[in-house]
Amino acid sequence: METIILFAPLVGALLCGFGWRLFGESAAQWIATSLLFLSAILSWVVFLTFDGTTEQIQILRFIESGSLSTDWSIRLDRLTAIMLIVITTVSSLVHLYSFGYMADDPQWREGESYKPRFFAYLSFFTFAMLMLVTADNLVQMFFGWEGVGVASYLLIGFYYRKPSANAAAIKAFVVNRVGDFGFALGIFGLFFLTDSIRFDDIFAAAPDLAETQLTFLWGEWNAANLIAMLLFIGAMGKSAQLLLHTWLPDAMEGPTPVSALIHAATMVTAGVFLVCRMSPLIEFAPEAAAFITFLGALTAFFAATVGLVQTDIKRVIAYSTCSQLGYMFVAAGVGMYSAAMFHLLTHAFFKAMLFLGAGSVIHAMHHEQDMMNYGALRKKIPYTFMAMMIGTLAITGVGIPVWIFTLGEIPIGFAGFQSKDAIVESAYAAGTGFSFWALVIAALFTSFYSWRLMFLTFYGEARGDKHTHDHAHESPVTMLIPLGVLSLGAIFAGMVWYGSFFGHVDKVAKFYGIPYAEEGEDHAGAITLRDKAAGKKEGEHHYVFAGKPGEGAIYIGEDNTVLDDAHKVPYWVKTSPFAAMLIGFLMAYWFYIKNPSLPAKLAENQRPLYLFLKNKWYFDEAYNFLFIQPALWIGKQLWKKGDGNVIDGSINGISMGIVPFFTRLAGRAQSGYIFTYAFAMVIGIAVLVTWMTLSGGAN
Amino acid sequence: MDNLLSIVTFVPALAGLILAVFLRGEDEAAQRNAKWVAMFATSATFLVSLFILFGFDRNDTGFQFVEEGTWIMGLTYKMGIDGISVLFVMLTTFMMPLVILASWDVKVRVKEYMIAFLLLETLMLGVFMALDLVLFYLFFEAGLIPMFLIIGIWGGANRIYASFKFFLYTFLGSVLMLVAMVGMYADAGTTDIEALLNHNFAFGTFSVLGIQVVGGLQTLMFIAFFASFAVKMPMWPVHTWLPDAHVQAPTAGSVVLAAILLKLGGYGFIRFSIPMFPVGAEVMTPLILWMSAIAIVYTSLVALVQEDMKKLIAYSSVAHMGFVTMGIFAANQQGIDGAIFQMISHGFISGALFLCVGVIYDRMHTRDIDAYGGLVNRMPAYALIFMLFTMANVGLPGTSGFVGEFLTLMAVFQVNTWVAMVATTGVIFSAAYALWLYRRVVMGDLIKESLKTITDMTRREKVIFAPLVVMTLLLGVYPALALDIIGPSVAALVTQYDTALAAAEAATQVASN
Repeated sequence: METIILFAPLVGALLCGFGWRLFGESAAQWIATSLLFLSAILSWVVFLTFDGTTEQIQILRFIESGSLSTDWSIRLDRLTAIMLIVITTVSSLVHLYSFGYMADDPQWREGESYKPRFFAYLSFFTFAMLMLVTADNLVQMFFGWEGVGVASYLLIGFYYRKPSANAAAIKAFVVNRVGDFGFALGIFGLFFLTDSIRFDDIFAAAPDLAETQLTFLWGEWNAANLIAMLLFIGAMGKSAQLLLHTWLPDAMEGPTPVSALIHAATMVTAGVFLVCRMSPLIEFAPEAAAFITFLGALTAFFAATVGLVQTDIKRVIAYSTCSQLGYMFVAAGVGMYSAAMFHLLTHAFFKAMLFLGAGSVIHAMHHEQDMMNYGALRKKIPYTFMAMMIGTLAITGVGIPVWIFTLGEIPIGFAGFQSKDAIVESAYAAGTGFSFWALVIAALFTSFYSWRLMFLTFYGEARGDKHTHDHAHESPVTMLIPLGVLSLGAIFAGMVWYGSFFGHVDKVAKFYGIPYAEEGEDHAGAITLRDKAAGKKEGEHHYVFAGKPGEGAIYIGEDNTVLDDAHKVPYWVKTSPFAAMLIGFLMAYWFYIKNPSLPAKLAENQRPLYLFLKNKWYFDEAYNFLFIQPALWIGKQLWKKGDGNVIDGSINGISMGIVPFFTRLAGRAQSGYIFTYAFAMVIGIAVLVTWMTLSGGAN
Repeated sequence: MDNLLSIVTFVPALAGLILAVFLRGEDEAAQRNAKWVAMFATSATFLVSLFILFGFDRNDTGFQFVEEGTWIMGLTYKMGIDGISVLFVMLTTFMMPLVILASWDVKVRVKEYMIAFLLLETLMLGVFMALDLVLFYLFFEAGLIPMFLIIGIWGGANRIYASFKFFLYTFLGSVLMLVAMVGMYADAGTTDIEALLNHNFAFGTFSVLGIQVVGGLQTLMFIAFFASFAVKMPMWPVHTWLPDAHVQAPTAGSVVLAAILLKLGGYGFIRFSIPMFPVGAEVMTPLILWMSAIAIVYTSLVALVQEDMKKLIAYSSVAHMGFVTMGIFAANQQGIDGAIFQMISHGFISGALFLCVGVIYDRMHTRDIDAYGGLVNRMPAYALIFMLFTMANVGLPGTSGFVGEFLTLMAVFQVNTWVAMVATTGVIFSAAYALWLYRRVVMGDLIKESLKTITDMTRREKVIFAPLVVMTLLLGVYPALALDIIGPSVAALVTQYDTALAAAEAATQVASN
């Protein structure tokens, strides 16, 4: 069954991409789409029936050389199962959505067939992403890793006539390669240290790595920390974390369904998945984990600030994605891999929906993307409005604070409420003050820019081209169904899986297949808030994680008690994301409904700050100045001066003096050197033969 | 068939001889005949060579299909293959029919052209199979003559300069190699490569003109061979002949040059330098590793700013050969496996890339990148194939380009992390230059007036690419196909190398005590 899940999208991609001339465009699209729905249904079956024990299925031998031995294979554990449903669900819905969205694309001329190509790319992407998450070794993962990179490159550059799309595609690929550079070094390091790149062997060796010193470049390093850092550099590239994030906003050049699938729900979360997958290693690499936390928090904050002032609807959501990914890394960095996966799951639903909703708005507005030309659209496109509203409620984290009401142990709220709060609480519980505050402030900004988007798009006065507004129309049903399905996820995903991802230790452990043990009483002596809510008393049974590295889908170290501690944070901590959300909402309301002239005035007053944010902290300019221009300059110098003057200059200079002499001997200027050469060779042979004859023959 | 290797080697030359003797005239019929004879001969060679591949015993690490006999003037004729050479033989026989097919539109001196290529095939095959030093030298050096002619006669406007430069670079190395060969004979008393592989050359340190030579005779001989092989690779800084040679060579010439001739140097390193002069190799290893790493970064940066398509791909070839030398001199199983794999894979990929350039060069008669743009609008099939090979060139997993790069980098990491890190930056640069080339040529709107009527690939062109596409993907997904053959021989080689070094170490210690 897993094999069908994995290969159905590939078959779909091939049939659709190469066979469409045979079956016709629309049949090809339906083939790709139905194969993906098949994949999605089977994925849900796998996810729901999965009992937590890791399974492995070998498919084919891959690279084997000496002690290096790798296979194409499927590793099915809880992490994989979660990713399977995320990928195939969003992907199949995006396929469906694309029927409507791509129906009449003004980028293309009459009679051009672009749809089969689009669907083939989408399916191919899905295949590569599935290869990434089902890998049981780092090379296959790297295959998926680069495969999704190529699919992303092809889809960002889908409108190949647009120079900006082509530039964005290359940028995405090359920036990701910078990350891959670290990832690859990490793989080499692991092979050097453990003589294997299979997960099982690496996990088993992880405790030893923490004790090992490795000489790398100029110094001695702790092996676990170094490897974790190198792998994280790969994650930074793929998940658009600070320093390697510049490609993600530009990637919005691709068609909107692509942004929803690749740049919101799936590919960009691959970095988070990698860190969670490598949890046995990360648990033994405290410094690297601290760095992951720090960078995640910084990215969450940075991207949220930039999101405040963007006017392109897709770019706002792109920065929002970047910021939310930062949240996930904070969770993973503090050792709450299950919370990271929780947010990954809920984020996939609500962010894909926001993107698809934005696509629906863009579709309605004849491919206008500037929010300054929107306004008052809620009556024109009511279903889209509703979907976007649900998405906004989910991303801003609307819910009922736990001290007011919970349903059993489950807090009530939209999906983002549970998962985001889980992360913020974990950050506090882990004692990382900086990341806690960064995340709370980012939550405020998130709320502000999300509501700003809603108000600018759906409320207020209609702005921009009147004709476009008059013809704004609701999207076809193929586009609305995916919005409906995803909104279910955005509302309920958090509540349904709260216990599995962020409940008590025994529940989480069962979900991930991690062995757990009973401990007499709570290790800290106190009982948790929700324990109390559930009517538990002190001294009642309490569980701790008791897996070894490699047992279960994630590994949680013995001294990692963040999950318990997170349940016991003070009330003000539990309420802080809620308060931040509320303040952000009120500010947005004040700025864009009550007092619409205020933003412009503020931008005028605080011009330097505004420009700094508007220009995304000037990262692109800095990189161009620091890396791109110097690389081209050095390339030119090496070519003209290095190759031209130094190498050719000296070698030719010497030889050009000698050889014409031979050439003249041979008499013909044009092909003289060939005679010279043949002549020299004959002399050479003659020398050899003479020598042998003189010294008694070759025998 | 006792003399399978000789048959495979000499069928092309025989066909060339037949053309030279029997084919007269320069009319259309004669041209067609010349092409078909060449096509037939190279295809037959390939089919016969399949017997070698299927008859090859992959568990036997020694030489197989060995033929031995005496030859003129007391010289020995000895041929044989092992796991290291068999795939090079297959690469050559596989590529040549495609090369002939790619030359179908040649109009000038067709007969001579075909003879040159047929002769070239024989000589290249001979290099990979020769098990006698004199025989090897003969094939190795003579192989360059047809190549000079191909560039010098059927090349571009600046062909004289290019073939002259090519000649200059190779000449010096050849002389040194010859001297070393004489020295080897003097020391070992035989020219039999099998015997030489088991001969221990002296490695005691001595001084020449006051300079201490660590590794003694072995180091000197190593350097002499190195001079020849490094130019053929080509390694930085003796690479500058390659871009010029490629630019001036006709498409088919470029394909042979990139796909097969560049492999002679790498093959030489693995056949001679590493096993015969282990101590010398170890002395020189740090230098060579750094030369390789520099080659990768240096030529990648240079590729970034090229304006000529062929030059860009030529520089990228040099970078890829950097991975090969790096892998070889990491001198472990992954390194040498990876190096051989990379050479085979590069044969398909770079050959295909030069063919890609040839496709549009045939239509527009320019290699200037700026002259193109937006080809995808009129040439979708071409865009697809060019994309595939661009990605293969970038080393995308799933294509054969990945496996070699990955293994060689992994190997060198175990030896020297600095070199590994510098070389790994190559994956970033290669993406940059390759995709940028693709963008400028294929992507964008089709604006240029001259391109408005350009036509997509013909059926003949598609037929040429199809086998290359298959091989690139097949080896990328299932590399065991090649690694299973390479592995055992390389394992034996690495063991021998390590044992020799350990023995040398022990001997030096005894001597110093």
